[in-house]
Amino acid sequence: MKTVKIYGPGCKRCEATETMVRDAATKLGVAVEVEKVTDAKSIAMAGVMSTPGVAVDGKLVHAGGLPDVTKLEQWLIA
Amino acid sequence: MTTETHDTRPLREASDKLWYAGIFGAAILGWLAYGQLIPFSEWITALFPVARSSHTGEAIAFFAYDVPKVLLLLTSIVFVTGVLRSWFSPEKTRAILAGKREILGYPLAAMLGVLTPFCSCSSVPLFIGFVSAGVPLGVTFSFLIAGPMVGPVGLGLLYGLVGWKIATIYLVFGFSIATIAGYTMGKMGLERYLQDWVRELNAGPVGDLPEEKLTFVDRLKVGVEQVREIVGKVWIWVLVGIGIGALIHGYVPEAMMLKIMGGEAWWSVPAAVVVGVPMYTNAAGVIPIVEALLGKGAALGTTLAFMMSVIALSLPEMIILKQVLTLRLIAIFIAVVSAGILATGFLFNFLL
Repeated sequence: MKTVKIYGPGCKRCEATETMVRDAATKLGVAVEVEKVTDAKSIAMAGVMSTPGVAVDGKLVHAGGLPDVTKLEQWLIA
Repeated sequence: MTTETHDTRPLREASDKLWYAGIFGAAILGWLAYGQLIPFSEWITALFPVARSSHTGEAIAFFAYDVPKVLLLLTSIVFVTGVLRSWFSPEKTRAILAGKREILGYPLAAMLGVLTPFCSCSSVPLFIGFVSAGVPLGVTFSFLIAGPMVGPVGLGLLYGLVGWKIATIYLVFGFSIATIAGYTMGKMGLERYLQDWVRELNAGPVGDLPEEKLTFVDRLKVGVEQVREIVGKVWIWVLVGIGIGALIHGYVPEAMMLKIMGGEAWWSVPAAVVVGVPMYTNAAGVIPIVEALLGKGAALGTTLAFMMSVIALSLPEMIILKQVLTLRLIAIFIAVVSAGILATGFLFNFLL
């Protein structure tokens, strides 16, 4: 089980990122728990400055713009 | 046995070539289309059963000429900017600006504000990220003001629609306002007017993201992605802006414009700011209006003041910033930036 956190104030791209994460997880057969972090304070505390940011199992892997699908899959397998 | 796993390079090279060819082809097409704007708009206008020289005819011609022109310009500016900005990120900018108290920090921040990709929806995490990592408050403000104020979209459209002289004036003054306003606020020692929780926040863990390696084609893709996202979002504002511009161009009598927005009416500068701040649009939407205003004889200073306040001071942005700044600090921010805009407006009305 992987915990994926998506940091973003709820913009369109943050939702798109969530969909991408879920799709990739389904494709790879990895169980994920997706949590959306929308509160500005928590986003900033996580060290994210450009949204959407993505953290997998507590480790920040991406910030700013939609993640690359290939990279996203690598993060989920790792 | 399995030989097909390995070399994907030829495939990638082929797709890279396709990308270069596609971008090149699009650029040529765009350039050819740009040369046909006048015949195209005259042809469209002739389709309507109105005299070309009537008010309605003038308005239609303005609209039919400006819509394709602005969309072509907008697409190319957003593309080029997207590619250029792929070399910059808020994280790198923050590392450059952290601890820069000396005077050079302010113009540097203003410059990086123009080059760093960020959307107003993430200005709060960005603000906190900067301040908590030791970027001085004033320097952070210079960054935040310059971003929208002297954005490439506004400058590029001004250049294409109004000419290089006014675009240059706008660049110089917008940049100066961002620098000086940030410097002034830095000197005022405003840290105590941040929201409490921001002041208590100690340097958040600086995101130690591995830097993503991008090939040049990746950067071209970033540009195309930006075009899809930004042009897809602002085209409606562009149409509304050009519509208003067309109405002004076709129907507003010059004498009336001179009276309201002419250089003689000193109060027109503050009035332009008061009208401009609550107006919510973006650079792409406001510049066709600026084009029509200037065409009708509105004074340059008044028009600059209007444009700057629409673009640089927007209420929705203030509401977002309310999460980190107290009302008092927001009021100071608006006052300092407005003072810069007013000074620019008065200066140009006085000089010209």
